[in-house]
Amino acid sequence: MVSRPHGGRLVLRVLEGRRRERLLSEAREMPSLEVGLERAIDAEDIARGAFSPLEGFMVEDEYLSVLDRMRLPNDLPWTIPVILDASKEELRGVSVGDDLLLKYNGRPLAIVTVEDVYGWDKRVHAEKVFKTRDPGHPGVEATYRRKDLLVGGRLELIDSPPNPLEKYTLWPLETRILFKERGWRRVVAFQTRNVPHLGHEYVQKAALTFTDGLLVQPLSGWKKKGDYRDEVIVEAYKALIEHYYPKNVVVLSVLRMNMFYAGPREAVHHAIVRKNFGATHFIVGRDHAGVGDYYGPYEAWEIFKQFPDLGITPLFVREAFYCRKCGGMVNEKICPHGPEHRVKISGTRIREMLRRGERPPEYMMRPEVAEVVLGHGNPFIE
Amino acid sequence: MSGDKVSIEISKDLYEKAKKFIEENGGFKSVEELVEFLLEEAIAAETGEGVAISPEDEEKVKERLRSLGYL
Ligand SMILES: [Zn+2]
Repeated sequence: MVSRPHGGRLVLRVLEGRRRERLLSEAREMPSLEVGLERAIDAEDIARGAFSPLEGFMVEDEYLSVLDRMRLPNDLPWTIPVILDASKEELRGVSVGDDLLLKYNGRPLAIVTVEDVYGWDKRVHAEKVFKTRDPGHPGVEATYRRKDLLVGGRLELIDSPPNPLEKYTLWPLETRILFKERGWRRVVAFQTRNVPHLGHEYVQKAALTFTDGLLVQPLSGWKKKGDYRDEVIVEAYKALIEHYYPKNVVVLSVLRMNMFYAGPREAVHHAIVRKNFGATHFIVGRDHAGVGDYYGPYEAWEIFKQFPDLGITPLFVREAFYCRKCGGMVNEKICPHGPEHRVKISGTRIREMLRRGERPPEYMMRPEVAEVVLGHGNPFIE
Repeated sequence: MSGDKVSIEISKDLYEKAKKFIEENGGFKSVEELVEFLLEEAIAAETGEGVAISPEDEEKVKERLRSLGYL
């Protein structure tokens, strides 16, 4: 059987049927707070169990515990604060005990039962979560832009924020039932924000060799200029899976989740989330969720030593390269040959080639995958 | 983990090993806590515990999985 949800129980807080209708009509009288897409995404990730055992945005006790100890007050590992920020003006007239309606694009999104309103020190937050106070770090910069108060409390989702990739989106309850139906006991999860090249394929297949199934989860949501578009990543993976993987060993499904570039802390967070999806193993890349040179190359691996009680096994797979002497894809651990024999599979180089409309060589990228990108016309975020 | 407790016996060697493991790795306050954690994980792993859902809801989920081509 697959992993138990983090904390023991899968959280499901999506309003349905009569109760949804009743609360929706009561919501007209509630104070409301308009949130952006990032908080709307958090709300859905909470309500659909991706962030189990969280049932809402963190109250101060939880926030400080996660910040200082990387654990919830009950000692369960949790490394990334999940917080709802608001300004003093927006919270005028809102008190502890009130129900607060969250709106996204003016439409009802979720109801938060306010349990706590508290201030936070963004510089301390940055230091602890990102290990830097440098606003040049994208996560720090985003932190400094957030508002001055935090609202904690359990939430219930009224409607999901619109999702262009809905038909490729599966939530923990769904993947768990799917794995059960397929009879998978050991499931390895792979997170990506890229079109797959042979290095990725090698790593996935290495992990698949000793597990029953592979969950490929492109992360959608916030993107920066020059990133592959979400639909390009999905189509590219479909092509790869169709042509190069056996039937019924891969589940491809998109996860909409915010990305903070918090390096090691975020690597653990990503593992916890995949545990909730039912994965027993999670592939952690070198410099996973890193940016620039804020984190050491192996920090995202080292941090896992502090969490023997995580409940999902991290797999630290070394970067793959092509070795002419070995005659195939290999990694540091299994190839004894010198750099003169090795060809690095660089995502950056492949991206440049594709941008120029060139087809990367076949030892770098499968032709069917390259075809998807080249045939798209506009594969990158502008 | 609340409620009544019972005692079980394990070998002293294993107990000492577990104690040392906790001292070196953290994450657990006591050998009891480690043992409870491991037993719960093992039993849950075999029974699929932790997801409370009615058969009708499970069928709804399967319906969506089928319609999307996952099943
Ligand atoms: Zn070699």
